Amino acid sequence: MEQPNMLVIFFSAVLINNFVLVRFLGICPFLGVSQKLETAVGMGFAVTFVMGMASAVTWIFNQYLLIPFGLEYLQTIAFILIIASLVQFVEMVLQKSAPGLYQALGVYLPLITTNCAVLGVALINVNQGYGFLATVINGVGAAIGFTLAIVLFAGLRERLAGAPIGRAWQGFPIALVTAGLLSIAFMGFSGFDLSKLFG
Amino acid sequence: MSLLKVFKNGLTRENPTFRLVLGMCPTLAVTTSLMGGLGMGIATTLVLAGSNLIISLLRNVIPDKIRIPCYIVVIATLVTIIDNLMQAFLPALAEVLGIFIPLIVVNCIILARAETFASKNGLVPSLVDGFGMGLGFTVSLSVLGTIREILGTGTFAQAADFGFAGVQLMPEQAAGLIMILPPGAFITLGLLMGFLNQYLEGKGGNSGGAA
Repeated sequence: MEQPNMLVIFFSAVLINNFVLVRFLGICPFLGVSQKLETAVGMGFAVTFVMGMASAVTWIFNQYLLIPFGLEYLQTIAFILIIASLVQFVEMVLQKSAPGLYQALGVYLPLITTNCAVLGVALINVNQGYGFLATVINGVGAAIGFTLAIVLFAGLRERLAGAPIGRAWQGFPIALVTAGLLSIAFMGFSGFDLSKLFG
Repeated sequence: MSLLKVFKNGLTRENPTFRLVLGMCPTLAVTTSLMGGLGMGIATTLVLAGSNLIISLLRNVIPDKIRIPCYIVVIATLVTIIDNLMQAFLPALAEVLGIFIPLIVVNCIILARAETFASKNGLVPSLVDGFGMGLGFTVSLSVLGTIREILGTGTFAQAADFGFAGVQLMPEQAAGLIMILPPGAFITLGLLMGFLNQYLEGKGGNSGGAA
């Protein structure tokens, strides 16, 4: 199969098929850790790091272990185990070698195992039949899209915290409606024809 | 806690969608129609009840330190079974739910119930808790799906797998496509949650969801 343009894959993962606002992956951290701008940025970086690596590692496992043995039906189990151990591994490595970075990302790392965006991107890569490079680019692009969405959203929520909102609507209800408006903004990108732009 | 209380817990006091705000990804993604919401709800319920059952049986065998990976393996196995069954017998539904079927593995509700309930309780309460929570999730998703389907396409209960074309409640021209697009999901859930809080507040109970 002909590999699509890398720039097209990247920008469509960031903007057009934004993981959070269009594909609905990774909503839990999107709603959970978007109260403050600072934590949102931290979460974004942690996810970018893990998602890039997870895409690469799951692709290698799938290509050289699952497909040769005809075990594609074990993809879900294999991928989630790979992601869980990868997160644990990254956590240990960071703790030993980069304490500063660990301090910044540490609390978010365990949460990432159950971030459906990570498993989602691995499964999407396989479904799309991407090659290795396309897989990594799609993973990183998706993670940057996640970071973009969560940082924008955290900025909005910081403003909302000071707004006069009825008690029943504080917290999740108003946050969800805000996310809906943000999602409408991102729908605007769906009109772009990236393959014409970069092709 | 009596069994009935455990069962009702998932429907009302700890409703996964409206009170605990867990499992948001499938809640938002597949509720473009009643069929999608109901199908997702049932699939999740089966996995939830199964995993609660197995984990409760194994709770004295699984070492404490590696319990999370063990839970994940149990859950992932059940999800794989459901995924394969659905692709074989309900292809149209599997098409709609797509990637969100394998993603039941990372649905926080299932792991949360395994960790907080099934690992501490016996066989029967765990099974009841699984069905109660699953039913709460299913009802929430079905309500969302129904609202979005009616407002978005004008039909009610369209289900291709069962050869049911649905009831056209209002003309298609009057339907707002935005309701079945992603923004509609966020806005519908936000409004529902807000009105629910307002209602509970009016009743004088403690309000506020899990803000």
